[in-house]
Amino acid sequence: MIPAAFEYHRPKDVGGVIALLQQHGDEARVVAGGHSLIPMMKLRMTDVQHLVDLQDVAGLGGIQVAGEQITIGAMVTQHMLINNADLTEAAPILKEAALQIADPQVRYMGTIGGNVANGDPGNDMPALMLCLGATYTLTGPNGTRKVAARDFYEAAYVTVREDSELLTQLTFAAPKGGYAYEKQKRKIGDYATAAAAVQIAREGGLCVAASVSMTNLSDVPVWSKAAGAALVGTDCGPAAIRAAVDAALKDINPTEDNRGPVEFKRHVAKTVIGRAIARAWSRS
Amino acid sequence: MTKSIIKLTVNGENHEVLAEPRELLIHVLRERLNLTGPHIGCETTHCGACTVELNGKSVKSCTVFAVQANGAEITTIEGIAGPAGLHVLQQSFREHHGLQCGFCTPGMITRAWRLLKENPDPTEEDVRFGMAGNLCRCTGYQNIVKSILAAAAEINASREAAE
Repeated sequence: MIPAAFEYHRPKDVGGVIALLQQHGDEARVVAGGHSLIPMMKLRMTDVQHLVDLQDVAGLGGIQVAGEQITIGAMVTQHMLINNADLTEAAPILKEAALQIADPQVRYMGTIGGNVANGDPGNDMPALMLCLGATYTLTGPNGTRKVAARDFYEAAYVTVREDSELLTQLTFAAPKGGYAYEKQKRKIGDYATAAAAVQIAREGGLCVAASVSMTNLSDVPVWSKAAGAALVGTDCGPAAIRAAVDAALKDINPTEDNRGPVEFKRHVAKTVIGRAIARAWSRS
Repeated sequence: MTKSIIKLTVNGENHEVLAEPRELLIHVLRERLNLTGPHIGCETTHCGACTVELNGKSVKSCTVFAVQANGAEITTIEGIAGPAGLHVLQQSFREHHGLQCGFCTPGMITRAWRLLKENPDPTEEDVRFGMAGNLCRCTGYQNIVKSILAAAAEINASREAAE
């Protein structure tokens, strides 16, 4: 499979990337790890005239855990996330989720920035970032702005990022309490049939804060405020979990595809959300 | 579109090839450099038959443009064996029946080589998880896992003997 011809660019800094994006508009695409974009180019399902490779761009790497604040550069790979001890200590849900993405070869290449910016509802990191209440930094011709992950996704592959903007980093507060990322997939390398990210904080035997989000159950990642609220103040026992799952299921809108009909998606969603809450609670 | 000169160090040798940006690394390795060890299986990032080592990472060379690898160090299955003959992993696959048709084997061994560098003493579960990006349609994987575990044990034994 040979993709259509394109021009290749390898700028050294963010300014160079923005200049290319401004010059070529929607004919240009940035490539980080390329393991979503290149397969699409090979299938000729996306038309890229100018490919802007980010590998040499300064300032897009690095994982910083500074007190309560965690900052991750867009070019950090899933492999790096998995092997960073400070990050795993501060926010273990990232490792748990990254280990469930694709396969080892893909995790060496796939980046967190590409995963969250692509807008593919099947990608796992967006739901995680919604769960954690992360903020994305976007840099464009008019400077830098910050967008809450919960406000970033508009529809499948459609985000609030402008064509001339680059997502450069992700920041979030170190989460407290227990965590879980539960994913059901047909095989290694597949996207989720359904997946759920949960963080729960416990004090004196009761849940004091909870955040629940889901992957591939709508055309965007879904954060269910109601599901979290249903857990707060409870002992996260079977009745509370049932109420939270019911609330979460009201916030999703799965569609039929080769992973199954809507009824099956909802059934799997119910199972993974319940398991994620129970596991997060058990670790809290 | 504009061709450019791509510099690659493959199995310790420097190469320069003139290629279009859209040429995949696997095609450049096989068709320009005549390194036909890495195979084209699915060509859709699933099977791992095209796995090569790129700057210390196991990658599927069907999903990287050669131009992205400009300046990179690459090892293919051709570079795994030493002057003394087969690498321990290759010998182990042979002894433990880790291949039948052999199509997946170059990718399997190249991936296992990196896996053992990162985790010299893996459990069976580590091997199965670490090899999950490589598909085999013959063996049922059992003997591949056995081959890799045996190679790890042998490498560790000879390291201990040397110390």
